[in-house]
Parts: sequence; C-alpha cells; structure tokens
Amino acid sequence: MCSLALFPAPLPSGQTTLCESNNELLSATATDHPLNQESCPLGLYFPRESLKLHCRTESSSKAAFLDHSETLWMRSAAAWRDGGFTGLLDEITNSNTEVPKCLSVSSGFTLALLRWFSSFHGSLFPHLTLSSDDMHAEFSQVLNWSDCVVRAFAWHPHADKFAVALLDDSIKIYNPKSATTPTLKHRLQRSVAAVQWKPLCASALAVACQNCLLVWHVDPCSLSTRPSSSCAQVLSHPGHFPVTSIAWSPSGSLLVSASPMDTAMMVWDVASESGVPLQRVGGGGVTFLSWSPDGSHVLASTPSALFRVWETRMWTCERWPCVKGRCQSGCWSPDGSRLLFVVQGETVIYALTFSDATAGVPTCTSKGPQAAAVVADLSETTFNTLDGDIIVGGEIQSLSWDPTGERLAVLLKGDPQAAGRPAIIAVFKTRTNPIFELLPCGFVQGEPGAEPRLMQFHPNFQHGALLTVCWSNGRITHVPFYFLSAGVPHFGFSGSPSLPRPQERPADFASQSLFTELLS
Amino acid sequence: MFSTEQSCWFVRKVICWRAVASIAWAVLLLLPITVVFVILSRFSLLHPIQTISECLSFLSCASAIFSLILLCGVIIMVGFLNLEYYTVIPTIACSKIALLGQLLHPRQCVNSLAHCIMGIIVAWCCAVTIGGRYETIGYPCTQGDGTDGSPQMCLNEYHLFLLLAGAFVGFSHSLLGVIYNMNYVSFHTVQQYKYLRFKGSLPLVVKCSAAQALYSVRNYIVVYFFLGYIPKAWICKTLNLHLNSSVHPLDSVAGLLDLSLLYHQWISASFLLFTWHITLLLFRIFVTEVYIFPVQSSFTEDAHQCLPKVLTDKQPMILKFLALQDLALLSQHSPSRRCEVFGLSQPGGHPHNWNAITQECLSLLADLTQRLVAYHDTVSTNGRAKSLSTGSDRKTSSETSITSCPEDLMSPRPTLLMKTPTSVFARSIVGPSQSPLTAPFTPDLDSPFASPALRRLTAPVDQFSPGFGTVQSPHIMRRAPKLWSTPTDSQGNGSPPPSPASVPSPKQETSKPSRLAQFLQNRKEQVKHFLAKRVLIMYLFNKLPEASSQALFADSQAHIWALEGLSYLVQASFSEDQFGVVQTTLPSILGCMLVLQEAVDRHFKLPHASSKPVRSASSMGDSAHKTLRFALRATLKTAIYRITTTFGNHLNAVQMSAEHRKRLQQFLEYKE
Repeated sequence: MCSLALFPAPLPSGQTTLCESNNELLSATATDHPLNQESCPLGLYFPRESLKLHCRTESSSKAAFLDHSETLWMRSAAAWRDGGFTGLLDEITNSNTEVPKCLSVSSGFTLALLRWFSSFHGSLFPHLTLSSDDMHAEFSQVLNWSDCVVRAFAWHPHADKFAVALLDDSIKIYNPKSATTPTLKHRLQRSVAAVQWKPLCASALAVACQNCLLVWHVDPCSLSTRPSSSCAQVLSHPGHFPVTSIAWSPSGSLLVSASPMDTAMMVWDVASESGVPLQRVGGGGVTFLSWSPDGSHVLASTPSALFRVWETRMWTCERWPCVKGRCQSGCWSPDGSRLLFVVQGETVIYALTFSDATAGVPTCTSKGPQAAAVVADLSETTFNTLDGDIIVGGEIQSLSWDPTGERLAVLLKGDPQAAGRPAIIAVFKTRTNPIFELLPCGFVQGEPGAEPRLMQFHPNFQHGALLTVCWSNGRITHVPFYFLSAGVPHFGFSGSPSLPRPQERPADFASQSLFTELLS
Repeated sequence: MFSTEQSCWFVRKVICWRAVASIAWAVLLLLPITVVFVILSRFSLLHPIQTISECLSFLSCASAIFSLILLCGVIIMVGFLNLEYYTVIPTIACSKIALLGQLLHPRQCVNSLAHCIMGIIVAWCCAVTIGGRYETIGYPCTQGDGTDGSPQMCLNEYHLFLLLAGAFVGFSHSLLGVIYNMNYVSFHTVQQYKYLRFKGSLPLVVKCSAAQALYSVRNYIVVYFFLGYIPKAWICKTLNLHLNSSVHPLDSVAGLLDLSLLYHQWISASFLLFTWHITLLLFRIFVTEVYIFPVQSSFTEDAHQCLPKVLTDKQPMILKFLALQDLALLSQHSPSRRCEVFGLSQPGGHPHNWNAITQECLSLLADLTQRLVAYHDTVSTNGRAKSLSTGSDRKTSSETSITSCPEDLMSPRPTLLMKTPTSVFARSIVGPSQSPLTAPFTPDLDSPFASPALRRLTAPVDQFSPGFGTVQSPHIMRRAPKLWSTPTDSQGNGSPPPSPASVPSPKQETSKPSRLAQFLQNRKEQVKHFLAKRVLIMYLFNKLPEASSQALFADSQAHIWALEGLSYLVQASFSEDQFGVVQTTLPSILGCMLVLQEAVDRHFKLPHASSKPVRSASSMGDSAHKTLRFALRATLKTAIYRITTTFGNHLNAVQMSAEHRKRLQQFLEYKE
C-alpha cells in the first residue's frame, strides 16, 4: 500500500510544477513562471476583479422597490407562485388582520405542523436543511466551491476544446483552433455545479444549475460569441433541484443527473427531453455521479454513509454502506473494471473490482465484489523543507484518473486555517499488472498562495496525460505528464488495426526499471 | 401464406401470452384497488372504526363478490380491447377533419360503445359498493297527493346519475384515447425490470387518473345539468317508474350542489379510470419487454424465429420492433451474440447473418430518406405539382416492380425488395379500419378537400418504396440531384442502378394527361379557394403545424434502433470482426447514414419541423411520438460519430464519393 511518506518532498515556496518528463516532475521558479504560462496556448487567467458579480438575489431585490398594497388575493397568488404551499400559508398567517381569525390560526397551525415535520425529516437527513448554495458547496467536487472563480471545467471528450463555468454564472468555451470564445448565458443558468460535454457529439454541453439542467447546443462552426438562449434545452423535473452532479453515458445516448434533495436519480433522454426517475429511498438524495468509461456502471453516492453502484443494462443497483461517512468522490479505471473511491472523514483510497464476466449473460446483474480494499493511505505526513515543516495529507476532495489509466491525481483538502497545511494535488502512478497498486509520482503545486480547486485530465492527450488544474486565484494551468503508455487499451488484439496513437509501443522496460528503483 | 403463418407464430406464442399475463396481473391487482375504493367511498371522519368494520362486513357479502366478478370481467374486456387496438406506430391526424374522421371511424365507434357499456357496469358496481342512497334504481315511495296510500316505485335519480356518469367517463376515456394516442405503445430507452417500471409509473397513473376523473366529472355535470331530463324521462317510461316530486331533481343547481354526491362521483370515476389505466400500463410494460431472438439456430425448423429472418418480416409490426430493439441491445451489450452476427455460415462461409441484418437496416434507413426527400419536395413546391401524374406514376411503378421481380430475385439480397410500405406504415394488428398504406394520412385522403400536398405526400411514398433500387421517380431525379448523385451509395445496397428502360417510360406517360390534369387542377383550386373563405372549413381543414412532420417520423423508433444497431456493430467490428465481413458493407452503411443525415438536416430547416411540442403534464397518452424526430436526429449524429471516432483516419481508405468524404471530414474534425 502506498502512503505519502514515499513521496518526494513538496517544492519550496515560489516553485511551480511544470511537467513530468523522464519519470520525474520538473519545476521552475516563480520568476520564469509567467513567461511559461504565456507560452502555453490554453493557459487562462480569470482575475476575480474582472468578473461582474451579481450579489443580489430575487428576494432581496424586493426591498429596493416601494411597498404598495396589493389585495390579499394577489399576494396569496404571488406567495403560491414563489413559495408554494408553505409560502401561501405563511402569507395567510402574516396577514391576520385581513383574513378571518380561524383561517389565520389554522394556517399558522398547519405551518407549525409542517415545520415540525420537516425538521423531523431534516434531523434524519441533515443536508435537507441546507440552502441551495450551501448544498452546492458541500457536495461539489470543487474545493471551496462558493469562493471559487472557476466553478466548473470540462474538456471535450474528443476535440481540443473546453468549457469553463465562472463565478458570474457564465460559461466560456475555449478552442485553440478558433478565434471566437462563445459565452453562454441563460436566465436559468445560476450556481453552475458541473458541466460536461456529450460524448460522440461536437456541440452538446450539459450544465447542472440551481433549478434545472441545461443542455446547450453550441455549433462549433458558428461565429457567434453569444449563442442565444434558444440554443439551450431546459430539462427539469419537479423536486429535482439543485442539480449537483451530471454524467453522460459514454455512448452519448443518456444523461443522468442527481440532486441531494431528490431521492430519485434522473435518467434523461435528452433529445426527446424525457426523464425516467430511478427512485431508491435510502440515503436521502444523490450527490455525486460517475459513469464508468465502458458504460456498464454508474457510481451514485448519497449524503448518508451509503453509495450505490448501478449497472446500466437493466438499471439495478448494489448498495454499498460505508462505515464512516458519505462517499465524497470516485473514479473508474478506463476499462470500467475498477472503482476507486474516497469516504468523507477517512484518509484512505478504497478500490472495488468488478468482473465483467457476466457481460454476455443478458438477464443476470453483474456480480460485484464483496468488500472494498484499501489501496493508498493519505494520512497526514510531515515533510521538512527549506521553508519549514509542511504537513500534507488528510481528507480527500476529489479523484481523477487519466484516460490511459497510468496516473491518478488526488486533490487533498488541507486546512485553510492552519499554516503549513496547504491543499495540494498528489499524483500517483498506477499499474494493474501483476497486482493493482499505486506508486508515488509527486505533488503538483502552483504559484505561491494559489490553492488547487479543481482538476481534470485531458481525455485524449497523445503523449501521456495532461492534468488541467484550476487555481484559487483564477488561473487555469495544464501540467503534462510525458510517458509511454504501457497499458494498451482493451480493444485491439492481434490482427486488428491498432488505435491511432503513434507513440504507442510496448514500453514496459521504461516504467518497470524506474518503479523498482522507487520501491527499493 | 407463409408470412402470416410466421406472424401467427409470434403473436400466438409471445404477444398473446404477454397480454394474458398483463390481464392476470390487472385482475389480481383489482382486489386491493377495490378494497381501497370501498374504504375511501365509505369513509367518515367521525367514525373511523365503524367505517372499517362496515367495509369488512360489506366485502364479505354476496353482492360485493358479485360486483367483483363483474369488475374482473370488465378488466378482462379492457385488456382484450388493449390487445386489439394497440399500435406501435401512432396514428397522427394532420388536420382537425382527420381527427374527426378518426373519431367517427366505425372501429372507433365500436370501441367507444364498448367503453360506454363497461363504464355503466363499473358504475353499477360502484353504486352497489357505495351503498346507501345509490344502491338501487327504484325505491318504493308514496306520492305526495295523499289520496291513495298504495306504494309506487319511484326512480332513484342518484343511481341513474352514477350510471350515466360511468357511461360518460367511459366514453370520454375512449375519445381522449384517440386524441392522445393512448393506444400507442412506446418503447423506453431505459430498460428496467417490469416490477420496477410498474412501481415507477404508479404515482403518475394515480395522479392522472384522479385529474382526468375530475375533468370528466366536471364536464359530465354540465352535460347532465342541461340534458339530464332526457335519460330520466326515458328510463321512467321504459321501467314504469315515477318521479318523486318531494326530492330535489338532480339536474338543478340545488341538486348538484351536494358535496357528498360530487365526492362519490369523483371517487368512482377515479376508480374506473385507475383500473383501466392500470390494465393499460401493465399491457404496455409486458408487451414492450425485451424479447431475445436467437441470432442463428442449429435447427432448420427454428430458422424463421431467428433474428435475421424476423427482422425482414413485415407483419406484425410489433415483431419487427421487438426484433430491432433486440438488435440494438445485442449490439451494445452482448459480445457473444455479436460474435454470431459476424460469424460465417458453416458450409460455404458466407456472412448470411450480417448481410441480412444490414440489408434490412439499410433499407429501412433508405426508405426514411426517400420519404423525407419526397416530403421536402412537395413542401418546397408548395403542393403545386401535378397531382395526377402521381396516379400514372403509381401505375407504372407497380408494373415495373412486378416485372422487375424475377430480376430482383436473382440479385444477392432478395430480402430487400420484399420491402413494401406496408412494413413501415402498417399497424401491428391490422383491423378492418384503415388501409395500412396510408395510415397517418387516411382521413385526409378520403376527404375531397384534402390539400394536394398531402395527397402527393402519400403518393410518392407508396410509389417509391417497392423495389426502390429499380424504380426512381423522375421528379426526384430532377429536383434533388444533389442527394441522388451517387445512387449506389445512397441506396446503400448492391442492387443494380435504375435501368434506363424503366425510368423514361413514366416520364413519357406523365406528359400525356397533363393538360387534362391542369384543367382539373385549376377547377379544384377554384373550389378550394371558394371554400377557404369559410371560417369553419378553414378551421377543420387547416393542417396542424408540425403534425405532418410528426407523421413523417411516426415509426422512427425502428430507424433509431437500426441506426444504433448498425453503429454499435460497426464499432464492435473494429476489434471483434475476425473475417472482415463488416468492411465490405462499411461504404454503403456510411453512405446511407450520410444521405439520411443530409435529408434530416434539410427537413429540420422547414418551418415547424424544429419547434418543440408542448409537454402534456399528466395524461396516460404517450407523447413519445412527438419527439421521435429529435431523437432520430440525435441518434443519427451519434451513430456517425461513433463510427468516425472508432475508425478515425482509417476511414480515408474507404471508397466513397467526394461529397460524402467532405461530409465525413466534418465529422472527423468534430465540426458537425
């Protein structure tokens, strides 16, 4: 089992990680750093000051206008529209001078009963009492979501372009081959929690918003910088908000969305805008979704100490109760046979192995493993550097596995209050033969004072793996890992043409020797 | 006949049993539903315990058991009607008059009548169940004039009110069934086990039954208020009953303002609709369940049950749909069955399975392409084309198809020319109702005022389809040279190009009657112009926006599965196809998809084609058919991308026309 003690020490302050080459992480000092970033074509910088934030919400704007008296009916109708049944009751209770006494008393009584009941429900599932924004922050994969300039990031699965969701609720699409950067804005696009491109499609981008799910169709050939909101499909289902996580099926046909408030996970057929709720009551909601790259399983974690693994053939699920906390994040190996996940409150990475031997048998659900195995221990470790002791480790925010299955990036939460305990990205090398194990690679660090908030691997980087990191200061950088992929992807046995990846050749020797060196 | 025998095989062995199973479940569920109904109908807030004991004693008495048996009979009847009337291709009315024609169709009248009678039976059972003042139709009473003490039988209007409500709700259910296409059985993209699917849709059924019951009761009360005296007088006369003048008549404001009456009315209507909807839901769930066809069988007597053979069957439609669904699923999920598809026949080494499957899928897609092109043609010329020419075209095309038959039989893929439009438009269980050729448009065609555009729309469809490899419509050749510049690619099969002999002949014939046709056309235009000024006529005959587009894509679920099946198989062939059987057909598959893509793109540029339908919030009618064209567009694009991402630059080695290559390059660069 791998632990952080085997890692090389973090860089001294002022140095940033540039890339991995020849099996070691190269770094540069901060002085030549800006130059370096300028030269990188897709390196972006969003200073917080440049964003025009709208700090008002709908309810607070009411105070700006003069109060004028409406009739009780009008107010009741407005309350019904804005706040639903409880809003109506609230309105009736408050305007007790105008309504008959018995009505206001009874509505007050009903309201109290409802509140009591919901508090009971809330005590069962504490997350239900959170506000929408808090819920986003709590369950997002982004570290410190509410304060983050870049709130979501997504590489296109095939083409070289990506979408960035910013703090001001706009989404920008960057494509190095085109001069236009379309900016997507929509009335309903608020508090973006996640964005994801549809696989096997050039244009569709799904956005998880506060009240609904948007699917933008951004024509890649269009020269327009502000696609109109008619390019967006709105998918909503009663009770299914806020949406905190979405996942496209790798075949591009279905989209699943999850909301911590809704016990049902929605499976959308986006083209026909119809959704099928998959209801399972336990857990009190669904927070995080991850579809395995081979399309056979979906990980769905709940706010309670329980997560589910759905098989996508007949949509049945296995329950996985955790001991300590909820499942915070997870990722699948490229062949979909292995799931790594982390649990809130624990500092280890677990692995589950699924055998797909049953794939040919149509009616049988795939028989999963019996227990999860611990593959890495990330408990706190102290490194002595020139700047003093740095404590690295602790709870894990998110996991990301590169598409070749050779590098695993782990975003460690750190402790923002304490000095010397920064949030940091630890990168592991992974190998599956002869046994699955994680080997240390190194830490990825940015400019001084910048914390990593969000990371994602490029889905088809030719020379190894490319990790994109969004930093707390609004900068987006890319860290390439140059290596020769040893694990050949699964299709392509003898006789059939190999994948169009020119660098690919059996290169066991390179990694083998180096791994033994590190291990000894 | 051979083919009917086969269809009998499937309907007899599978569909009937599925229907029987669904009815059995519905009957089993009837008991708990009835218990809930009894409790709800007799519930009194003040005496809950007494209510329950009353209910229990009622449930064990003879009349309850008798009414339960009656209800079972009704459920079985409803299930039978579901089986008889279901369709996998929705019938879409293109104008108000077409809808009216559907509603007044004899077959539909029978359906409505049956529902009326069943509604009365259910309402009688409800009346017995609720008991009290509803129980009997007559009651002894003494007339108020006091001269004679002899008891008379008086009419119990409450009972009559309930019975008529049952008839009304049954009737409106059957009418709404036509308007919302309730007999349409749609297939779901998300596969789930039957129990889970049932459980998932149960809340929706409860909600929409209650809502529909509410609307029906509201309408019924209005009708009864104005027309209630007619049935009342009639019943009194036939049964020799008297009206009790001492109680309020129900067709008055005071009589109808009875909350308990309205509640009972609503709860019994909900009960009625809920049992019927449950039966329908179970039927849908059972019928659309995946059926696994063997890809190949080792016994020759089972050969007609194998997937490649079943796919080419035209009747019943449900068989074709289930076969295509199975194809789409096997191509995605089961490597072992894919292996059989890519396999070679044991003596001879021919890829018969693969050939048969691709042939059928490609001909389906080519068929859709031609429909789209023909429609686009009629719309772009605004229906001003010579309408009589279609008649002569039809004649010649049928002639050519007959004469070309022997030639086609010699061609390596005889399955292709078996394709007639019947297979596309036919309803799964063909009733005596509509000619299957023109199901989506029938009422329009029958009416003398149908717009020529519609007539022409249907005409090309049935003229092109038989053996489209051999017959090309001349005006298609003329108007859409771009689409048909590469006939071998676009048709996606190896059939011979249009023979020069057969093509010019319709041209010559069409030029002959054109003067007469022109004259008739002008007269018709004048008549139409005259009629178009009348508002009612305009209302009835105006085409509903986007309905023709919906009708065009009514059976597109089949095309979606064909596209998915083909693209997944091609993707899997990259690593699994050991003999290279897929490579030989790859150019035609790509060509077919690209031509369809172009046609679909053009179609979506038409007005109304890309407007989204309004979502109906809660109704049992399935509105999936309204969005099939969007689903088809998305699936088509994904299918092409699936092939291009799998093969990448290897596709440059595939033979295809320059135009297709350009198009494909767009896909390779992710610019579509």
